[in-house]
Amino acid sequence: MSIYHYTVRRLFYAIPILIGVTLVIFILFNVVAGDPTLTLLGRYATLQQMAELRHELGLDKPLLLQYLDTLRSTFTLQFGRSWSTNQPISQMIQVGAYASLTLSVPAFVLASLLSIAMALLAAFFRDTLLDRSLVVISVIMMSVSVLAYILFGQWVFAYKLGWFEIAGYEYGFPYFIPYIILPAMIWIVLSIGPDVRFYRTIILDEVHQDYVRTARAKGLANRTILFKHVLKNAMIPIITNLVTQIPSLILGALLIESFFGIPGLGNITLQAINNSDFPVIKAMTILSSMLYIIFNVITDILYTLVDPRIKLN
Amino acid sequence: MIVHPAPRSLWRETLRQLFQKKLTIVALVVIFTYTSVALLAHWGLIAGSWNTEVGSSYAAPSMQHWLGTDIFGRSVLAKVIKGTEVAMSVGFSVGLISITIGVALGALAGYLGGIVDECIVWFYTTVASIPSIMLLIALTFILGKGILAVYIALGMTHWVDLCRLIRGEVKRHRDREYVQAAAALGASHLRRLCRHILPNVLHIVVVCFSLIFQFAIKSEVILSYLGLGMQDSPSWGVMIDDARVELTRGIWWQLTFATLAMFLIVLAFNILSDALRDALDPKLKGK
Repeated sequence: MSIYHYTVRRLFYAIPILIGVTLVIFILFNVVAGDPTLTLLGRYATLQQMAELRHELGLDKPLLLQYLDTLRSTFTLQFGRSWSTNQPISQMIQVGAYASLTLSVPAFVLASLLSIAMALLAAFFRDTLLDRSLVVISVIMMSVSVLAYILFGQWVFAYKLGWFEIAGYEYGFPYFIPYIILPAMIWIVLSIGPDVRFYRTIILDEVHQDYVRTARAKGLANRTILFKHVLKNAMIPIITNLVTQIPSLILGALLIESFFGIPGLGNITLQAINNSDFPVIKAMTILSSMLYIIFNVITDILYTLVDPRIKLN
Repeated sequence: MIVHPAPRSLWRETLRQLFQKKLTIVALVVIFTYTSVALLAHWGLIAGSWNTEVGSSYAAPSMQHWLGTDIFGRSVLAKVIKGTEVAMSVGFSVGLISITIGVALGALAGYLGGIVDECIVWFYTTVASIPSIMLLIALTFILGKGILAVYIALGMTHWVDLCRLIRGEVKRHRDREYVQAAAALGASHLRRLCRHILPNVLHIVVVCFSLIFQFAIKSEVILSYLGLGMQDSPSWGVMIDDARVELTRGIWWQLTFATLAMFLIVLAFNILSDALRDALDPKLKGK
């Protein structure tokens, strides 16, 4: 079976999952959730106003038709308009994605490089003081609340010391840099703990394999074994972990974006939550699930490219 | 005749290993203390009057108010204690809910196989594809606000990993000799699954419970920040969220002590999870 057939088949398998996602979201928002017109019109709405708004939003259609609408918007990526700002959602996504990516891409790349390097260091010096303290620090860093990092970071480095902008954003290449430094640093601090531990376990998994013993037996230096042999083999789970994180980059870090006033997708989502803006929340959920599914397919394809042992069927 | 020493059971061996490491003992002591504090607060024996004014607004920590006071002059210490009750109950309930869903679905899928398996796999792949934060938001949106909504929403987003693991493990055990032997003795499917297979996969549940517990405590803070969490109880999340407006005025104590309280219990559960995994999962031994 060729790689193209495999790709097509994997994409085909993704369709039921995508239908499942839209179904779950549809049930949550269109069936279980209460009447949104009540929240939208406020307390003094008349029944007639509510009925009119329901008609306008297409909420008086039969459920099956409403679901087909949701499904259609998933495949055409046309999610309609926001209930609160009346902007087309696809346009909001385009603008927001830019801001989100300017923060998340540099933060993600730096955090990943740093944690892989630290994991290699820990694995290389395993069971020494360095390794143990790296593990301990990772666990300690993982145990602090996300909000505490953001609040303390913003207070100390932006407010007290004034090294960075407290909040805000400007579009365009060099202009956004001062606004993203501190959020990116907090992002890195947040992801290093779990990542270092995860990568270290993966690398140590490889260290116990037979080929490492063979390499050691033929007299290779520890360094060569680790960087040339172990790292190459550990790359598969590392790549998986990296690729499956990519969808969350586009949504950005909800909390970081909202604290630092970065107008990305995470921020848009939070505002939509505050305004009971169902179409935007639905669009963001569907979008991020779709990206997750697509990147999972990409991971599987990468697997077959990297590791010839994995059979295509 | 060779006399073998009586083999210790897995659980007794695990306990022995847990009590061998000083760090794990410390973690267990921390967890025990938090549980006691939570129970005492629940029965109203301590911090029952957290809602009363004990001093001026925003009094800094002093001999009189050890951890300071909040905007309404309430004791931060009492609020931290009351928050412990909330956090422990969130951890426990969420753990229980996710384990019930995860084990039930995972065991069914793994044991029955076929179309049931495919449906359950489809369902958890679907849930796993929706970013947990979005699912959480959607669920709390529907369930409304309050502690019950927090339990259910968090419980319904944290079961997927456990379900996947249980399914795989039950599938592996289903065709083992001991299960066949039980079947030959006339054990029903239910008995084979519950009496014979499930005890053999219980170790996964224990490790996952410990992980979910601390994860739930951490997630509660985020829900509170989003305004979807606790309403009239002083949870750590609400206290940390309050700090957004307090910090610029130099009021650091609510944030610091709520963060510290949370940090200790989450750290203890992280240490316990690691120790449990080392003790219960022989594949990972010696790493």
